[in-house]
Amino acid sequence: MSLLSYLINGISLGSVYAIIALGYTMVYGIAKMLNFAHGDVIMVGGYVVFIMTSGMGLPPVLAVLVSMLVCTVLGMVIERVAYKPLRMAASPLAVLITAIGVSYLLQNLALLLFGANTKSFKSVVTIPPLVLAEGQLTISGETIVTIIACIVIMAGLTLFIKKTRAGQAMLAVSEDKGAAQLMGINVNGTIALTFAIGSALAAVAGVLLCSTYPSLSPYTGAMPGIKAFVAAVFGGIGSIPGAMIGGILLGIIEILGKAYISSQMADAIVFAVLIVVLLVKPTGILGKEIQEKV
Amino acid sequence: MKRFLSIAVASAMVAAALTGCGGGASDSTAPAEGTENGSTAPAEGDSAAAADGAVFKIGGIGPVTGAAAIYGQAVKNAAQLAVDEINAAGGINGVPIEFNFQDDEHDAEKAVNAYNTLKDWDMQVLLGTVTSTPCTAVVEKTHEDNMFHLTPSGSAVESIQYDNAFRVCFSDPNQGTASAQYIGENGLATKVAVIYNSSDVYSSGIYQTFAAEAGNQGLEIVSAEAFTADSNTDFSVQLQKAKDAGAELVFLPIYYTEASIILGQADKMGYKPQFFGCDGLDGLLTVEDFDTALAEGVMLLTPFAADAEDELTQNFVKAYQDAFGDVPNQFAADAYDGIYAIKAAIEKAGVTPDMSASDICDALKVSMTEISIDGLTGLGMTWGADGEPNKEPKAVKITNGAYAAM
Repeated sequence: MSLLSYLINGISLGSVYAIIALGYTMVYGIAKMLNFAHGDVIMVGGYVVFIMTSGMGLPPVLAVLVSMLVCTVLGMVIERVAYKPLRMAASPLAVLITAIGVSYLLQNLALLLFGANTKSFKSVVTIPPLVLAEGQLTISGETIVTIIACIVIMAGLTLFIKKTRAGQAMLAVSEDKGAAQLMGINVNGTIALTFAIGSALAAVAGVLLCSTYPSLSPYTGAMPGIKAFVAAVFGGIGSIPGAMIGGILLGIIEILGKAYISSQMADAIVFAVLIVVLLVKPTGILGKEIQEKV
Repeated sequence: MKRFLSIAVASAMVAAALTGCGGGASDSTAPAEGTENGSTAPAEGDSAAAADGAVFKIGGIGPVTGAAAIYGQAVKNAAQLAVDEINAAGGINGVPIEFNFQDDEHDAEKAVNAYNTLKDWDMQVLLGTVTSTPCTAVVEKTHEDNMFHLTPSGSAVESIQYDNAFRVCFSDPNQGTASAQYIGENGLATKVAVIYNSSDVYSSGIYQTFAAEAGNQGLEIVSAEAFTADSNTDFSVQLQKAKDAGAELVFLPIYYTEASIILGQADKMGYKPQFFGCDGLDGLLTVEDFDTALAEGVMLLTPFAADAEDELTQNFVKAYQDAFGDVPNQFAADAYDGIYAIKAAIEKAGVTPDMSASDICDALKVSMTEISIDGLTGLGMTWGADGEPNKEPKAVKITNGAYAAM
């Protein structure tokens, strides 16, 4: 029974990682850059909801929508101001370092605006917990919502990419930027759209993360962001189903590692898994081997 | 593709390393706070000192921002309250006190910087630091400089490892032992689970002595699970293990930020054991937006309960509430007692403000072991040459959203 309970917790944690990893993986797939500020966009999403619900007393659903909007705009602004100029001019490494810089900028802005005190985040989920097997197994409302949200987002994104013109454009840009441009696809517009979607997902992830683990500080997004990045690499960076599988597996590994190996070594186990996977399959579970043309 | 991945992994490691630093050092707000404190305190002191020119310069260090801000703020407020009272009553042997409090954000490096700032201000006696890890760093400096050092609440053994350092609170080993004794003697439970922070000296220190004493008290530790500073949001596994092991009491030798999350997650799991903590849980009720109903029934070992009925406590609570608007916690009480202990030691030794910090230290470390004061945190408190206080342990229980004496 406790194994089942650990598994459910693992899937719940993994679903959050998966939603965050989707943002990493989409941006990587299309812009070929790692957006390390992604974890901090999650934190911003959390604070927006915190202010809306605790400070202004708005209903949670509205707060989540506003938060998604704020994060979408934030993601697009970051892309336009910090990444786009460098993408044209400099090496991929410069954009990467800028991303780390933006991450620190967001953390320090949050420190300045909200202070370093950890805030207790009121869950936006009002579904009562599911009690099974005479109270031995309790599945919280947050867990149910997180898992459902993860599946819905995954399905929605797959449909979006398969069925819409914008989605097809994304696919084209991810395969060959130059050729896509020659075929009349607005590459910059597509990249901006990717950032917008990724950041909106970050807001959702932020709300789910803070609802499940009810604390919020300027560093809330840092560690989940790094772990979600591990999940994205684990599943095969650039691949949307890969991010999903990577995230959920990572969540389960983390929780089971904590439960059966050592509760203090949980993070070390997560990173060890990354190293092993990369040694065995350098492109990740679902990653495609692409021949680089000379 | 491979090249991208190697860059990616390398940068993930860099980012992880950087985040590690970032977590502890919450930079941007500190300097502003620091200067604020620095500029207001001397101004107040100057007016008091104007009479005859001589003052005792007492410095304070503690976190007024950051994760442990509630402690530092309480110490700062209560120490200022005690200083104002003493000054209003004519000072120490007729000499007023000037008090200057610096922020360290519960960070060892910033605490040392704060100490250097205070030295530049010609501090003669240090009341600080509030939390253990920074205190352990600062005591190295005060020992080098031979500066008298009294910490209100730094409870790690190493925090006062030199002869110039004393403390008002219990040490971690004493807290762990005292907790086990309290649980055993009052028959609170026989099966006990522990959740502690293995990356924190305070937490693991208490855990070790608790575990050592538990056997003597007939307590069985059925599960002892750790977490670290990087994984302090998900406690579902630790709680599940405690529940599966049938623990009636969960001992939490940790700080209140994590405890607030643990209480919430235990509630969601439908697990309702008795929770018992040490002074680190003090502040639980003031976490922003925390549902205090979750903390109902939580017990903590603390030398101070704001609703105690003795006159000293009542006067202190009233004065504190009038001045700062909230109910003082035990850190406030420790700091208040700390200032009065310094006063008693100075009077006993007959120290004058024109003496150097080093001479004052030599005199005070002798007189500190000779005084006995009736304070908020204990009657007839005395100190040994090792710097440890002698007083009775007490516990409080959270009832109707407030600490109630037991």
